[in-house]
Amino acid sequence: MALLEVDDLHIRLQTQRGPADAVRGISFALERGQTLGIVGESGCGKSITVQSLMGLLPDTARVSGRIRFDGQDLVGLSDAAMCRIRGHRIGMIFQEPMTALNPLHTIARQVAEPLRLHRGLPAAAARQEALALLERVGIPDAATRLDAYPHQFSGGQRQRIGIAMALACGPDLLIADEPTTALDVTVQKQILDLIAELVAERGMALILISHDLGVIANTVERMLVMYGGSVVESGPTAALFAHRAHPYTQGLFAARPVLGAPRGGRLATIRGSVPELVDLPPGCPFAGRCDFTIDACRTTRPPAVELPHDHRVRCLRLDAVAAAQGQPA
Amino acid sequence: MSLFLLKRLATLIGTLIGASVIVFLVLEILPGNAAQILMGPDASPDAVAALATKLGLDQPAWTRYWHWVGGLLTGNLGDSYAYGSPVLDLILERLALTVPLALMAMTLTTVLALVVGVTAAARHNRLGDVGLMGLAQVGIAIPNFWFAILLILVFSVKLQWFSAGGFEGWSEGVGAGVKSLLLPALSLAVVQAAILARITRSAVLEVLREDFVRTARAKGVSRRAVLWLHVLRNALIPVITVMGMQFSELLAGTIVVENVFYLPGLGRLIFQAISNRDLVVVRNCVMLLAALVVIVNFVVDVLYAVIDPRIKASDV
Amino acid sequence: MSAPPSSLTAVIGAPPPARPPGFWSRAWRHRSFAIGFVLTLLLVAAALLSLVWTPWSPYEMDMPAKLQSPTAAHWLGTDAFGRDVASLLLVGARASILVGVIAVGIGLVVGTALGLLAAARRGWVEEAVMRVCDFSMAFPAILSAIMLTAVFGAGIVNAIVAIGIYNIPTFARITRASANAVWSREYVAAARACGKGAFAITFQHVLPNISAVLIVQVTIRFAIAILAEAALSYLGLGTQPPQPSWGRMLSEAQTLMFQQPLLAVWPGLAIALAVLGLNLLGDGLRDLLDPRLARSR
Repeated sequence: MALLEVDDLHIRLQTQRGPADAVRGISFALERGQTLGIVGESGCGKSITVQSLMGLLPDTARVSGRIRFDGQDLVGLSDAAMCRIRGHRIGMIFQEPMTALNPLHTIARQVAEPLRLHRGLPAAAARQEALALLERVGIPDAATRLDAYPHQFSGGQRQRIGIAMALACGPDLLIADEPTTALDVTVQKQILDLIAELVAERGMALILISHDLGVIANTVERMLVMYGGSVVESGPTAALFAHRAHPYTQGLFAARPVLGAPRGGRLATIRGSVPELVDLPPGCPFAGRCDFTIDACRTTRPPAVELPHDHRVRCLRLDAVAAAQGQPA
Repeated sequence: MSLFLLKRLATLIGTLIGASVIVFLVLEILPGNAAQILMGPDASPDAVAALATKLGLDQPAWTRYWHWVGGLLTGNLGDSYAYGSPVLDLILERLALTVPLALMAMTLTTVLALVVGVTAAARHNRLGDVGLMGLAQVGIAIPNFWFAILLILVFSVKLQWFSAGGFEGWSEGVGAGVKSLLLPALSLAVVQAAILARITRSAVLEVLREDFVRTARAKGVSRRAVLWLHVLRNALIPVITVMGMQFSELLAGTIVVENVFYLPGLGRLIFQAISNRDLVVVRNCVMLLAALVVIVNFVVDVLYAVIDPRIKASDV
Repeated sequence: MSAPPSSLTAVIGAPPPARPPGFWSRAWRHRSFAIGFVLTLLLVAAALLSLVWTPWSPYEMDMPAKLQSPTAAHWLGTDAFGRDVASLLLVGARASILVGVIAVGIGLVVGTALGLLAAARRGWVEEAVMRVCDFSMAFPAILSAIMLTAVFGAGIVNAIVAIGIYNIPTFARITRASANAVWSREYVAAARACGKGAFAITFQHVLPNISAVLIVQVTIRFAIAILAEAALSYLGLGTQPPQPSWGRMLSEAQTLMFQQPLLAVWPGLAIALAVLGLNLLGDGLRDLLDPRLARSR
C-alpha cells in the first residue's frame, strides 16, 4: 500500500470575486521513501495541494476527493486528529525562513516543541534531542546557541532550524514548499543537499515544490507539472526531462535562459498570462494560451494518456504537438 | 542592555524635571502672592507680609524652586497651608487607599481585556467577535463615573450588597477593605478594559497572520495552544504600549471615582486642598501624579526589552 | 445606456467602465458610519434646537412638581427643583459641543502646526517638539484643570483650556508621523527639486494628504473631549451653574439616588450616546476615507 494516495482531489476556495476551484481533480501516489517534485507557476495550486495534505487550508475552503495517508483518510478529519499527524507523521518546511520562526522563543524551545507535544518528552530530554537535531542540520556551535533567538541567525541557518523542527519526530513524509526560493544561490545548494541527505538517511518520502526546474532535476525521482489547478503531465523526472509531451511543459522548459545562447536573442516566453482561478474555463486550463488549442480543449477535460515509463499527460492534441516537434506521439 | 537602560533613565529624569518646572510655574508663579490669596482681600498688608515671610514667599523664584525640589528628594514636602501638618504624612495616608485601588483596577482591566480581546480574535467575524466588540464600543462610550453611579444604584441601593461609599481603612481587615474598593475598581476597569480589548483583538489578529503561526500549526500545535503560547506574547507589545499610555487616564479616573464613592484617597485630598486654597498640597499632589505617569512609562519601556529580545540588540 | 454598435466601438473604443460608487453610497452601507452619523447628527440637532426651543425653560423652577418620573407634561421627569429634565438635556448638549469644538479646535490648530513644523524642519526642532509633547503626556486633562482651578477658580474656560492643551500632543504626534511619511514620497522630492520651499510643500502636498487622518482624529478627540467635560463638570470644575451641563446633572442626581434614581440615568445616557456616535463616526470615516487605515475587520 502506498504511503500517500491522492485521488481526484478538488479544492474550492472563497476569493474576493467568488468561489474558485483552486485544485481540479488531481491524483497521484507516493510510496515510502519516494521523492516527488511538483513544479508550476505561481497560482497553479501546488501550495494549496500540500496545505490540504496538512489540513492547513482556511476554514472556508471545501475539499472533496480522497487523501489517504498510511491507510487513514485525511479529508474531513477533525482538527484535533490532524494536529496529531502534523509535525509527527508529516513534517513541513516553508518558503520564508526569515519569518517562519517565532521571534520571541528560543530555538531550543521551538525545536523541542514537537518533541514535547507528540512524544511527551520531558523538558531536559527534549532539549538534548533538540541539540542533536540542530547539530545534524549543521548549525555551528549549536550547544552554546541553544538559547539564542531567531534574529541572531542568518536566513540559511533559520531554514536549517526549520528543517530540524520538521524532522524532530521522525515523520514518514516531509513536505518542502519552495524551501530555497528565498535564499542566496550558494546557500540553496547546501540546503537542498541537506534535505536530500536527510531524506535518504531516514527513509522519508519527500514532496518538493519548486518553480525551478534545476532544483527538481537534481532532487526528485518523480515529478508533477501543474497548471491552473490540474496536473497536466506527470512521470519519472528523467523521462519527463527527456521527452516533454504537454505544450505547457514544453513552454516551461523552453523559457529557461540557456548559457551560451547567441547575443541579442530574446528569451522564449509562453504567450498570454496566467488567468485568475475564477476565470478558468471548464476544459483544459491551458486552453487559449496554447498554440494547439481547438474548441474541444475549452469544454472537455482531457483524459490522462499513458505514455511509456509510467509517464502520463492530459492533452487532447498530443498528435499535433508531437508532429510539430517532429517526434512520434 | 545597560546602555538602553541608561538612555531611558535619562529621558525619565529629564521629563520629571520638565514636569516639575511646569507645575511650579503654574502653581507658584501664576497665582501671584499666595499669602494674599490665603488671607483674603481684607487682610492688613502687615499680616500678609508676615505670612509671606513665614511661607518663604519673599525669596526669588529660583530659590523657591530649588528649595521645593530639594524637599521632594529628601521627603520634606513642607506643611499644608490649611492643616499645618506635614504634606508628606497627608499624602502617604491617602496613598494607602489610592494605590491599592489603582492596582486592583489595573489587574481587573488586564484580565478582562486579554480574555475578551483574545476570545473575540479567536471568533473573528463570527457572532462572538461582533458581539464582544459591540460591547467594547459601548464600554468606551460610558463615562466611568456614570458607570460607578449605576453600579451604586444596582448593588447598593437596590440589592444592598455594598455600601454606597466610604472606606473604613485597612484596620478592619483586608477583606473589608477590598470589598469597599471593589465597585470603584470595577467602574474604572470596565472603560479601560473596553479600550484595551479592542487593541488586544487587533494585535492578536495581526499576529495570527504571521508566518510563524503557520509553522507552529505545521508542527501540530492546536489552535488554542497557538493562541495562548505563541500569539499572545507577540501581541502583548502593542497592548502594553497602550496600557502605559492609559495609565494617566487611569489616574485621572481614580480622582473622579474617589469622589463618586467618597473615598478618602489622593483625589479627595486634592479637591479639599483646592477648596481650601491650599496650594502646597495641590502642588505636591499634582507633582506626585505626574511623576507616577512618567515612571510608569519608563517601566513600560523596560518591559518591552524584557518581552522582546530583539529590542535589546537593535535599540541603543 | 446600451452599448454602441461594434463598428463604432472599433473606432472610439469600448465605453468607459461604470463609475466607482461615490463616497455617500459607500458610506451609507457602512454600518459604523451610518449609526455614528445619525447619533452625531442628533447631538448637533439637539444643541441647535435648544437655541430656539425647549419643551420648558431649563431655568424655570417648579417646586411642587419636583422629582417626578416621566409624565406627559415632563417627558423625562423633573429634577430636585422641578426643572424639566428633557430641556436641561437639550441645553446641556450646548455646553458639551462648545467645549468640544473649542478644545479640539485648539488641539487641532496648535498641534497640527507643531507637527507640520517638526516634519518640515526635522533635526532639533523635531526633537524639541516631541519632548514638549512628552511633558504634556504627564498631565491628563483633569490634572491640568485641577491646576488651573486652583489658581483661577472654577469655570468653563478652565475646562476648555485644559482639554485643549491635552489635545495638542496627540495632534502633534499624529501630524508629525503622517507628515513624515508624505515628505519621504517621491513627488515631494520632485517638488523640492523644482525649487518649492518647505512652506509651499507643506500646504500644497502634505496637508491635503494627511487630512483624512486628521478628520478621523477630530471625531475621536471630540468624543474624548465630551467625556472629559462631563467629568470636569461632575467634579464642579467645568461648566458652572446656572448653565446646564450633563456632568453636573449627574452629580446632583447622585445625592438623590434614593428618591429619584431615574435622574442619574438620563444625563449619563446622553453622554454615552453622544460619545458612541462620535466614535462610530470616526471608525467609519477611518475605513471609508483611507482603506489603508482600515484595521482588520
